Amino acid sequence: MPQHIVQRYDDELKKLSTLIVQMGGLAESQLAAAVDAIVKRDSKLAEEVVQGDAKIDALRNQVDDFAIEMLARRQPMAADLRVIVAALRISSEIERIGDYAKNVGKRAVALNQAPLVRPVHAIPRMAALVQALIKDTLDAYITDDAAKADAVWARDEEVDDLYTSLFRELLTYMMEDPRSITPCTHLLFIAKNIERIGDHATNIAELIHYTVLGEMPKEDRPKGDDTAYAVVNVPGGQR
Amino acid sequence: MQNGTHNDLRQSEIEIKMVTRKVGVFYGEKQALYDVDLDIPARAVTALIGPSGCGKSTFLRCLNRMNDTIRDCRVVGDITLDKLDVYDSKVDVVQLRARVGMVFQKANPFPKSIYENVAYGPRIHGLAENTEHLDHIVETSLKQAGLWKEVGNRLQESGTGLSGGQQQRLCIARAIAVAPEVILMDEPCSALDPIATAHIEELMDELREQYTIVIVTHSMQQAARVSQKTAFFHLGNLVETDDTRVIFTNPKDERTQGYITGRFG
Amino acid sequence: MTDILADTVPRQQPAAALTPGIHMTDAANKRLKARYAAERRFKLIGLAAILFSLAALVILLTTIASNGFTAFQQTHIRLDLQLSAEQIAPVGTTDVRQIMQGNYGAVILAALQKKFPEVQSRGERRRLQALVSAGAESQVGRMVAADPSLIGQSLSIWLPTSSDIDMFVKKQVDTTVPEEQRRVNDAQVRWIDSLKASGDLELRFNTRFFTGADSREPELVGIWGGVVGSFYTLLVTLLVAFPLGIMAAIYLEEFAPKNRWTETIEVNINNLAAVPSIVYGLLGLAVFIGFFGMPRSAPFVGGLVLALMSLPVIIIASRAALRAVPPSIRQAALGLGASPLQVVLHHVLPLAMPGILTGTIIAMAHALGETAPLLMIGMVAFIVDIPATPVDAATVLPVQIFMWADSSERGFVEKTSAAIIVLLVFLLLMNLAAILLRKKFERRW
Repeated sequence: MPQHIVQRYDDELKKLSTLIVQMGGLAESQLAAAVDAIVKRDSKLAEEVVQGDAKIDALRNQVDDFAIEMLARRQPMAADLRVIVAALRISSEIERIGDYAKNVGKRAVALNQAPLVRPVHAIPRMAALVQALIKDTLDAYITDDAAKADAVWARDEEVDDLYTSLFRELLTYMMEDPRSITPCTHLLFIAKNIERIGDHATNIAELIHYTVLGEMPKEDRPKGDDTAYAVVNVPGGQR
Repeated sequence: MQNGTHNDLRQSEIEIKMVTRKVGVFYGEKQALYDVDLDIPARAVTALIGPSGCGKSTFLRCLNRMNDTIRDCRVVGDITLDKLDVYDSKVDVVQLRARVGMVFQKANPFPKSIYENVAYGPRIHGLAENTEHLDHIVETSLKQAGLWKEVGNRLQESGTGLSGGQQQRLCIARAIAVAPEVILMDEPCSALDPIATAHIEELMDELREQYTIVIVTHSMQQAARVSQKTAFFHLGNLVETDDTRVIFTNPKDERTQGYITGRFG
Repeated sequence: MTDILADTVPRQQPAAALTPGIHMTDAANKRLKARYAAERRFKLIGLAAILFSLAALVILLTTIASNGFTAFQQTHIRLDLQLSAEQIAPVGTTDVRQIMQGNYGAVILAALQKKFPEVQSRGERRRLQALVSAGAESQVGRMVAADPSLIGQSLSIWLPTSSDIDMFVKKQVDTTVPEEQRRVNDAQVRWIDSLKASGDLELRFNTRFFTGADSREPELVGIWGGVVGSFYTLLVTLLVAFPLGIMAAIYLEEFAPKNRWTETIEVNINNLAAVPSIVYGLLGLAVFIGFFGMPRSAPFVGGLVLALMSLPVIIIASRAALRAVPPSIRQAALGLGASPLQVVLHHVLPLAMPGILTGTIIAMAHALGETAPLLMIGMVAFIVDIPATPVDAATVLPVQIFMWADSSERGFVEKTSAAIIVLLVFLLLMNLAAILLRKKFERRW
């Protein structure tokens, strides 16, 4: 798209997207660190993750203020309007991602005090998948690439599938050995959090689609998460 | 995002008041407007936007044949008002302008009393049977224009003594007094402050229950605020026309996008 | 709110904008001084020009006024006339012609001789009679004719003196020249002094100047004939030029298509306004008098000629006034569905009227002062009657002035100036009317 007649307007839009990308990168590394803390049983690292969420919250406030000021000052129209409104919403999605990463960090501390259980190995695999989602989403955001965003949106199904199988595995473990219930419950929540992060990444992908094309994706997103039909209910506190 | 607000035209109920097909305008040898096809919905505000010299005012003036008064101006194509060919030689232009009223960029009340300003139209068209009836028409018109409260007790004062916004509303009252079906507005707020502008915009919102309004405006925000349908003109072409909501959130044409986001040139 | 881009990279700053001082250098100050000096010089020259024209105007007006004001007074002698029946007509006669044929000269002479019984010789008697204006006889005759019962009575009356005596009394005669070369001899001077002493000779308001017409005798002339002639002429001019001018202006301005034809007409109207007025006189002579056989010297023909002359001026002024009506008013009316004629009659013309009237009055004032074309159609004739209709032979004020200025008698000098004063007063009144009109109808849009 050609540049605005008012150059400063372009500068501001650029700054807005820079903030979003910065926020996204931060959330991504928070998730990576949290998962690292689980794998390495590193409680100190986990603590750092918990502390680190404040930075994301601060950035989110900055994005909101900035976007609101732009709305007031520039009275954006069409593509610009969509970019700014999407930025507002993406920032809150990323903030949620940060919250989940923080929760993963918290649970990592608890998990480290319990004996090691075998299904832990599935977490990094799932996390890697979600991290890739976040990274691709941010790439799509930077390049205004709706196709890439749509691809991310479709890929979330894999995460859901992985989560469903982990869920069953953990249920089996807990039934076999009641002593593993504590670590397994934590693992269950951690997996759930990561799965939610994937959902938020797809939300961001939807917003990118809207920003670029002017409308939300038409079909419903394919869902692979069947756990809602399992015996155990998902705790409401983390939704 | 797909569901419109109350401001949207309900597609199923749209009634088209005026239709233009392949309308072109020439000033001497120079062509100012090319093949404009536009449907103007009844009882709604249609906004015409575009950069200066894009032909939007020229187009507006075709709708009540105000272009007739310009020498060397030639209009081709079809314009119909309720299936009546506006440019048919049998159409009386005086009658047409009674049906399609106009409000101009600069408030132009006659240098006469407020009463005389409003009464002039009904008088020349013989709409009033007697003085009481004329008084009644003047009063209702001023009330509709939201001016009665401000000037009701000083109708004999000069219309030119009012403030800019009041003058413009007086002009609207004057146009309404003839009981037109369509009201054309050529940048009616360009010389007004934001408060006076808001008054006019509120007035348009009320008037569109009864009248078909076509407005030319330079302010995209204004078009976005008051209209249900927007048409974007560029270099004498009608580039894009759609629901106002769509034009201002997701225009299809590059040029529309560029214009309304300030990326032109 | 703070600058939202405070922490982004600042854009390039234009360097020159921040350099101070280039407007504060010595060279700059010098330029500034030169500029003010030039301004002062210009103002001075303008002031000088205004003062010069003011001085010229003052000199002109004072000359005219000082020359002319004496004409508003006239020297009169009081005489006790014995209107005896044998010198006039038998008592009871009512026949005007018979009464007018009476020997009033003898009556006046008798009254004079009663005041100066020592006068006996024929030469002295003639000089004594020369004190009184030659027109006095007919004046008394007209009085008696109006009231025949006066016959046989005595009548005390103020009669105008002859112009020579009037001039002497007004001290406009050089008394140092030898008696033989004077028009007033020593005996007459004595009589005047004695009459003055007895209160029988004094300067009285010259009513005749405002009610009379032209005459061979300076003491008997009046401007009323010229005023009435001018009035008829201007009336005809106004009645012809005003409607024609407005019609032409409205058509050209509001209705005529813009093409080569109308452009040619426009150019020619502008040219006509610059045609020397004498040419219009020639035209009037050839067309109105030569071709149509209209009467010479008639205000009607003069009015037609002046109408032709004023027409272009009125058209141009009216067009300017019409053009000054903002197009927005026309658009407003058209937008309401008014027809073009309604637009003009209801809105444009009323708004343009003050301007049109102003232009017309100025054109009329111009016509009032016009002489040359009227000379061509014979309005320069010597006419002692006040015209009763526009087709009677008449003269007009400026032509009257021209004729008096051409006369050799000393007494006409002051009359000329006085007539100029009257003409100027009329012109000022007309211009005042134009200004008042303009003020009253200041642009209201």
